[in-house]
Amino acid sequence: MSLLSVDKLTMSFGGLTAVSNVSFQIEKGELVGIIGPNGAGKTTLFNLLTGVYVPTSGTIKLNLDGKEMIINGLKPYEVTKAGLARTFQNIRLFKDLTVLDNVRIAMHQNIQYHMPAALYRFNKFYYEEERLLKEAEELLDIFKLSHKKNELAKNLPYGEQRHLEIVRALATKPAILLLDEPAAGMNPNETTELTETIEWIRNEFDLTILLIEHDMSLVMKICERIYVLDYGMLIASGTPSEIRTNKRVIEAYLGEDVNNA
Amino acid sequence: MEQFLQQMVNGISLGSIYALIALGYTMVYGIIKLINFAHGDVYMIGAYIGFAATTYGHLGFFPALLLSMGLCSILGIVIEKVAYKPLRESSRIAVLITAIGVSLLLEYVMMFFVGAEVRSYPKVLTNKMFHIGNVVINTQQIYILFTAIILMILLQFIVQKTKTGKAMRAVSIDKDAAQLMGIKVDKTISYTFALGSALAGAAGILVGLYYNSIDPLMGIMPGLKAFVAAVFGGIGSIPGAMIGGLAIGIMETFVSGYGYSMYRDAAVFVFLILILLFKPSGLLGKNTREKV
Amino acid sequence: MRVLTKNNLLILGGIVLTFAIVQFLRSQNIINSFHEITIATICINMILAVSLNLVTGFTGQFSLGHAGFMSIGAYVCAIINMEMNSTTGFLIGIFAGALAAALVGVIIGIPTLRLKGDYLAIATLGMAEIIRVVFLNLEITNGAAGLNGIPRFTNWFWLYLFTVITILLISNLLRSSYGRACISIREDEIAAEAMGINTTKYKVIAFAIGAFFAGIAGGLYSSYFYFIKPDIFGFLKSIDILVIVVLGGLGSMTGSVIAAVLLAVLTTLLQSFTAVRMIIYALLLVVIMLFRPQGLLGTKEITDLLKIPDKKLRGRVE
Ligand SMILES: Nc1ncnc2c1ncn2[C@@H]1O[C@H](COP(=O)(O)OP(=O)(O)OP(=O)(O)O)[C@@H](O)[C@H]1O
Ligand SMILES: [Mg+2]
Repeated sequence: MSLLSVDKLTMSFGGLTAVSNVSFQIEKGELVGIIGPNGAGKTTLFNLLTGVYVPTSGTIKLNLDGKEMIINGLKPYEVTKAGLARTFQNIRLFKDLTVLDNVRIAMHQNIQYHMPAALYRFNKFYYEEERLLKEAEELLDIFKLSHKKNELAKNLPYGEQRHLEIVRALATKPAILLLDEPAAGMNPNETTELTETIEWIRNEFDLTILLIEHDMSLVMKICERIYVLDYGMLIASGTPSEIRTNKRVIEAYLGEDVNNA
Repeated sequence: MEQFLQQMVNGISLGSIYALIALGYTMVYGIIKLINFAHGDVYMIGAYIGFAATTYGHLGFFPALLLSMGLCSILGIVIEKVAYKPLRESSRIAVLITAIGVSLLLEYVMMFFVGAEVRSYPKVLTNKMFHIGNVVINTQQIYILFTAIILMILLQFIVQKTKTGKAMRAVSIDKDAAQLMGIKVDKTISYTFALGSALAGAAGILVGLYYNSIDPLMGIMPGLKAFVAAVFGGIGSIPGAMIGGLAIGIMETFVSGYGYSMYRDAAVFVFLILILLFKPSGLLGKNTREKV
Repeated sequence: MRVLTKNNLLILGGIVLTFAIVQFLRSQNIINSFHEITIATICINMILAVSLNLVTGFTGQFSLGHAGFMSIGAYVCAIINMEMNSTTGFLIGIFAGALAAALVGVIIGIPTLRLKGDYLAIATLGMAEIIRVVFLNLEITNGAAGLNGIPRFTNWFWLYLFTVITILLISNLLRSSYGRACISIREDEIAAEAMGINTTKYKVIAFAIGAFFAGIAGGLYSSYFYFIKPDIFGFLKSIDILVIVVLGGLGSMTGSVIAAVLLAVLTTLLQSFTAVRMIIYALLLVVIMLFRPQGLLGTKEITDLLKIPDKKLRGRVE
């Protein structure tokens, strides 16, 4: 049984079918890419997986440690609790909060003290807050951000904001990480660095990663498998080399050169 | 049955006043997504203008109506320019708080000048009763109904057929796109406030006639009820506001007519909360979903 | 006892010292009974403002019905206290009132907090109006005439104690993971959900806690002023509280505290000029929004500005 099985997933907005009858499986530990032209429905697919939208039809099954659960219809926070964490294409950090708080908010679902401990300041509160601080700093260190922990998120440069999004998602302790265009707006050097970090994160945290990306160099380099969406439909899947030569994919990209990217 | 019909007649008169106020809410909300809390107070000012015009100026009903509508539309434009326009890029809560501030300002500046006491409205119309069976309709009700209907037809014409009306509709759908198409957004917003406030001014006079009394805080409750009417009809929708206004007016008269007048105001709010929970887009409104 | 940090001990010292100073001034009659009314108003308004700030300033849920919760506390406390004319009765009344307010907060919050921004504002306004109309029509509350001759147990000691407890508990809550969860809702509800925050739950919790403390303020009010009627707790009372919170800064505890003092002084000075006072309030709202929408302190605390050098427990959202 696969870690994540998506079956005949469809999402319509009025007349527009943004995701149409999409089925696929993800195995534990895989790093899978999702590509497709603008408006193909990639982000919508993520929104369906994470509970932001309720699908028009179809099912999403999660099979973690032998426990099977259907996650479509769950609220976003329930999906996060179940083990899926995400980043947003159009960065959605808590802009006016500090870098540290951004991370600690994501740790809230695993917090080990109750509200009375916070209200009356039991010892437990202080121990837990110290642990939280330490873990948050460790996570921030992945992207060398811990020295900026007291800065407001909105004051970080763009690239670091994207990094912080990933850190924040990791802080929820996910089993599956969904990255929506993590390299958008980055220069080639930054992208190369990010590519390495993503691989490192997967091994370090024993994660399964699903990533949407327009930057083919990144996708082709680290993804073991790739799914291609076009007009909401899954038009191809396979290894990077298979996708590179797939006719329908090349057509979908209409001249955009998949080979040389 | 007769009581039912009588309540219907009363409800429709009251409802058409609410509808006139609700139109202003709905137009302003449609165009700048603001609950213009001060709208109910523009209506109060309209009532006072009518009072002054008839009592001191000895004007008749129609000249007083036109005067009140004219002055109120100027007031509406001024409020928008001074208080709301500078906040166009601010958070919605900031604008809402400003609107509450403007509303209080109008109420208490008025109270400062004219005192808090209730004044009785002069009788500008000869009060005749018409009997249809056992149902009574009086002159005021007929004036109210016809004034309201004519104004609504006029409004519908302006919004649907004139160039400014088209601009208003365009701005309410997409402000930035409208701007790019060469529509003067600021002017259109001013125009919307002017129209809405003129209708509120008219409603002010009509309600003075209907209830025979006015005071500086008279705008609060009808303002809120008209807002409920606008939400019920589907905020942003002009026909919706008309239907909503009538519905609230009728509902209110029935609740009081059948002996629960103490719960009249609460009933309207219970109704509002029910709409917000079960059909927040209202009867004729559109559903929107946030893109992520 | 980890709670005994240097900073916390300092705060405790400050709390005791303030009490001692006021107590001394009272004994010397420098603070007389006329001032005491102002002090009572300040304390009650602080409780109201801080609790509304939790809901509106920190959790981002715009409420125009805070006076409704206050009225529940006021009536429940008054009714119990009139039956049980003793300090025990007073304290039972305060807590029963607070719990009743919190309960109503939960019942009303669960459906209405699904609404956003201005719709929520109107729904909460409507809900407070409904509460008012209910009190107008109940027999036990004596309708529009209200309750008179409520025994007075609220004194400077209880006022101070409840104000301090309210401020401490709410700021403890805010400087914990639960408070951060609330604040994340204000910042970006969708992102908060995606980070595993059950936004509905925390909105309702914030609403209920806010209602609880508003209930306490109501109880203190009824027991201090002997007399309550539904019209005291109308829309304008909710606005009064909102003005304090907005002036101090949505999202600043110390801002609310300072603004409560400023406005109480202003109110006392303008006691016999209702219209003028309301004009000033109205102008304050408009002018603040136009020129300083963040209020006096924004989302900062006075301690952030004074830079208290306790690195461990500093920062607005600890
Ligand atoms: N909430 C919504 N309401 C209506 N239409 C939507 C909504 N969300 C997405 N769409 C539409 O669905 C289609 C797919 O959008 P989506 O954002 O999933 O594309 P994408 O593949 O992520 O594109 P890009 O590469 O540009 O990010 C688009 O036509 C978009 O306009
Ligand atoms: Mg996308």
